[in-house]
Amino acid sequence: MTATTLPAPVTGTDIKERSITASGPPRGENRAGWLFATPFLAFYIAFLIGPVLVGLVISLFNTTTVRAGVGDWVGFSNYADVLSNGDFWASMWHSVLFTLLTTPFLVLLPMLFAVLASRIARNQWFFRLAFFAPYVVPSAAVCLIFAFMYTPETGLITNAFSWVGLTAPDFFGSTSGAWFAVVLLTVWWTFGFNFILYTAAIQEISEEVYEAATIDGAGPWQQIRHITIPLLRPTLGLVLVLQVLSSLKVFDQIYILLAGGPAYSTRPVIQYIFDTGFGAYRGGYAAAATMVYFVILVLISAAWFLIRRRSNSANA
Amino acid sequence: MTQISRRQFLAAGGSVSLAVALSGCGSPIATSFTGAQPKTADVIFWHLFGGGDGENMGTMVRDYQKSSGQSVESTLLSWGNPFYTKLALSTSSGRPPDVTVAHLSRVPLLAQADLLTPVADQFRAVGVTQDKFTPAAWDKATVDGTTYAVPIDTHPFVLFYNTALAAKAGLLDATGENLKPMKNSDDFVAALQAMKDANGSDFAAVATITADPSTCWRFFLMIYSGLAGPIVSELGTKVTIDRSAMEETFAFMQNLTQGQKLMPANATATTTTTLFSQGRVGFLFDGVWQIPTYREIKGLELNVVPFPALLGPEPVAYADSHALVIPTSPGRSATRSADSVDFVKGLLDQSLIWADGGHIPAWLPVQESQEFLELKPQSNYTEAAFNAVYDPPGWYTGAGSDFQTAMGSVIASVLTGGTDPKAGVDAMTTSLKTFSTARPPV
Repeated sequence: MTATTLPAPVTGTDIKERSITASGPPRGENRAGWLFATPFLAFYIAFLIGPVLVGLVISLFNTTTVRAGVGDWVGFSNYADVLSNGDFWASMWHSVLFTLLTTPFLVLLPMLFAVLASRIARNQWFFRLAFFAPYVVPSAAVCLIFAFMYTPETGLITNAFSWVGLTAPDFFGSTSGAWFAVVLLTVWWTFGFNFILYTAAIQEISEEVYEAATIDGAGPWQQIRHITIPLLRPTLGLVLVLQVLSSLKVFDQIYILLAGGPAYSTRPVIQYIFDTGFGAYRGGYAAAATMVYFVILVLISAAWFLIRRRSNSANA
Repeated sequence: MTQISRRQFLAAGGSVSLAVALSGCGSPIATSFTGAQPKTADVIFWHLFGGGDGENMGTMVRDYQKSSGQSVESTLLSWGNPFYTKLALSTSSGRPPDVTVAHLSRVPLLAQADLLTPVADQFRAVGVTQDKFTPAAWDKATVDGTTYAVPIDTHPFVLFYNTALAAKAGLLDATGENLKPMKNSDDFVAALQAMKDANGSDFAAVATITADPSTCWRFFLMIYSGLAGPIVSELGTKVTIDRSAMEETFAFMQNLTQGQKLMPANATATTTTTLFSQGRVGFLFDGVWQIPTYREIKGLELNVVPFPALLGPEPVAYADSHALVIPTSPGRSATRSADSVDFVKGLLDQSLIWADGGHIPAWLPVQESQEFLELKPQSNYTEAAFNAVYDPPGWYTGAGSDFQTAMGSVIASVLTGGTDPKAGVDAMTTSLKTFSTARPPV
């Protein structure tokens, strides 16, 4: 059913061969490898591992961003406060809601358009460029442009509603309008990345399969249904998990376009962390909130990994 | 001509840019490595004023530079939470500006965190002393007996009225300019009712209620403060709501929007501007900084006065103040400190220019000057600066804070009729709890 090539069952000879390769390349080469990796590792440690460790430490203290030092030891009470705070869970829910609203569009629409674009005989590059271009625009620019278009009374999108006889929702003043605004913006803006992943996967599919199908008398629609889409399934899985994780990390659009408003009804969890850590100067508490959020993301990824592994082994 | 290899070219380019970056140890890049303050000007000044206020501040800074011969590097930052984040982080990391603007309502936290230098000693020498300021503003700048900020203005929440409509409703006195005195909430409501009836309009007054929690908060705190003290105490860790006073306040406010329908319950900033500038309502409840918005409108004659006493015996004005503060910096030289003090004094002396934006100068030599007394409508509401009630001191309160947003959201739901007064008190108490029970950062 799936097109993934599964690793063959491990046999005795495999283990033997592997243990030989595991002794690795000669020592000099090994050292060169580390040397080449040093610049990356230095940045990785300085800007990722280091801050995570600092965050872990200060989440146990009443650290404040208005004073130097870590402050008083408070044990796990920051965690207890985060877990019992309604605002934290509300913002967590907003991040999840954003994920639920955007993921279906961002997983299925790019697939549809990648398949359609791949059927175009001439000037395919133009369509690929057109779909990908918005992705390279910085978030601040996208949000400013959309803010113009969402402006009540005068905005382009607001007016577009009246052209078809509808009343535009209040994009900045109502919660549902705000979600509509930010989802539409996000779909337009980040569509291109998934589109490129699908396009690459489509190009991976061998021409011969299509030729064979053509000879057997399959039309374009049958080819799409029975060849392209089944062979895209592994990519679909990849896009889905990447999309869920990146949607859960939403911050830019909502912060710039709505500032989490109206009345915090769209504030995502990252903005909650930012607001408490930098706006309310509660660094330790914000670090604890970050850790809780981090654990939730790890759990989602782990659950996803387990489901994948089970379905793969079921297929094998 | 000799060929330059790519390596030589890059090396040359690199050393040139390094030399440029490090030339002069006062350059910001060099000082960022040494941890000293950049010395690009005699005084480094941050403020948060855009629009007309920004222009006025620009004029004041330029005039000061011209008259004193000092150089001032003035930076405009966007206001609200991000401004105070930048100020706090730059100060706690040892690289603050020399002088910055802060709202007095934000001073308690900054002072508690030792981010501000006390005012008294360093300013006495140039004649900037307590007796030359509006007392309410000076008190608000004082935390635990030490004053940390030099107030430059008071900007209260006030009553705007359309003079032509007020005349038609018979609300003006013999001068044809001023409202007949109102003594309490009954007089006030009667005046609104007369305005509505006389002009046959849908409403008598307007305030921005939708998506503007700060305005709701100002409106509420003004009325509530006539009856009771601060809603929190001990730097925000203790809730001290007077339930009956709050319920009475909510009932009074809800009567205006729901009961007698004297003002719209849903009004965005655009609705407010439209209704008042087109003369469709006679009263506007807003901050004095809105005066420039309406001043230029043709055919709109307006006046601005303090609110009368409403539920309490004495008139109360909700207000905040802009103040000048000198953030703590271990590396600041005595010369720079003296320059900063001189600059602050220079701005105070020019607060007449500042008053153009609707603000009441806190500096009495200007506030009592003939020029200011002739400035209309600004000098009509000087009294409001003396009756000012600020945000209760707390680590989370103040201009543009999450606290105002949270409180304002509850008040808005009372004004729109979604919550009855009693439930509003409960909602306010619950909402306050998340702030008061959080561990304070200072």
